[in-house]
Amino acid sequence: MSAGNLLFAVCAIACLVGALVTVAAQNPIRGAMGLLTTIFGIAGLFLKLRAEFLTAIQLIVYAGAVVVLFVFVLMLLGPDARAPARSGRSGASRALGGVLFAGASLLALFSLGGQLEQSHGLGNVAPGHGSVESVGQLIFSEGLFAFELVTALLIVAVIGAIAVARGRQGAVRKKQTLRSPRDLFSGPPRTRPVAGGPLGEGAE
Amino acid sequence: MSSLSDTLEHYVLLSALIFTIGGVGFLVRRNVLVQLMSIELMLNSVNLLLVAFNRVHGENMAGHMFAFFIIAVAAAEVAVGLAIVLSYYRLKATVYTDEADLLRH
Repeated sequence: MSAGNLLFAVCAIACLVGALVTVAAQNPIRGAMGLLTTIFGIAGLFLKLRAEFLTAIQLIVYAGAVVVLFVFVLMLLGPDARAPARSGRSGASRALGGVLFAGASLLALFSLGGQLEQSHGLGNVAPGHGSVESVGQLIFSEGLFAFELVTALLIVAVIGAIAVARGRQGAVRKKQTLRSPRDLFSGPPRTRPVAGGPLGEGAE
Repeated sequence: MSSLSDTLEHYVLLSALIFTIGGVGFLVRRNVLVQLMSIELMLNSVNLLLVAFNRVHGENMAGHMFAFFIIAVAAAEVAVGLAIVLSYYRLKATVYTDEADLLRH
């Protein structure tokens, strides 16, 4: 077995095991570690496919930012992130949906597999294929408009994330009207009684 | 088997398996954090497929460019999604999607 084959096998197994751990783990922290394993495996496969630029981007953005963000949120939520839901709703419909989706996608895969019988070799590519220079040149020539749109999207996403995550706390400090469950147990004493019960029932 | 890693089929198969695992996880799990991670799995599998096909049709690098933009959009999606999770947790004190039934009542 050559070194390339060994790299492919190791990365493929890492991807699959990580994906299964992500989906099946009861503790979301383990799920985040499974996601990290999958991301490293896919980065290795990118390297095998001679996409050096995307390998670096994958490691920086996914392993360095996305997974860390997940872990931050998990640490913020603490043990509540893994506590089971209170309602004892049946899981039959969810299980049925999962089985149907898996069956449909695997059926499509194996029906397509017949058409892929003749083997597509990966072939040779130009020396600069996938390097930072060539991909950057493409992004800043053909993809320039999309690139500028992505910058606007990222700015809007950051502002939106801050606005959504902060909630209405700024307004509450002034008016003292928020009735979220967190607010019922902490904070300064109120001048008027707060309606109990779940949100949306008679609070208006 | 001549060469395990030099054919497109293996990449297609691996990508489809990861996508299926992610889709099943999104449908079956109720923890919204795990559902977000499943979405990340699906996006990653599509990136792998784009790069693999670009390796076969290597005359230009449109697949790499698309994968780059997908990664950028996924990063934005995770930032907003996790902010929504925090906001939802502040409302309901749970991260399970069964409790998100405000519009149903």
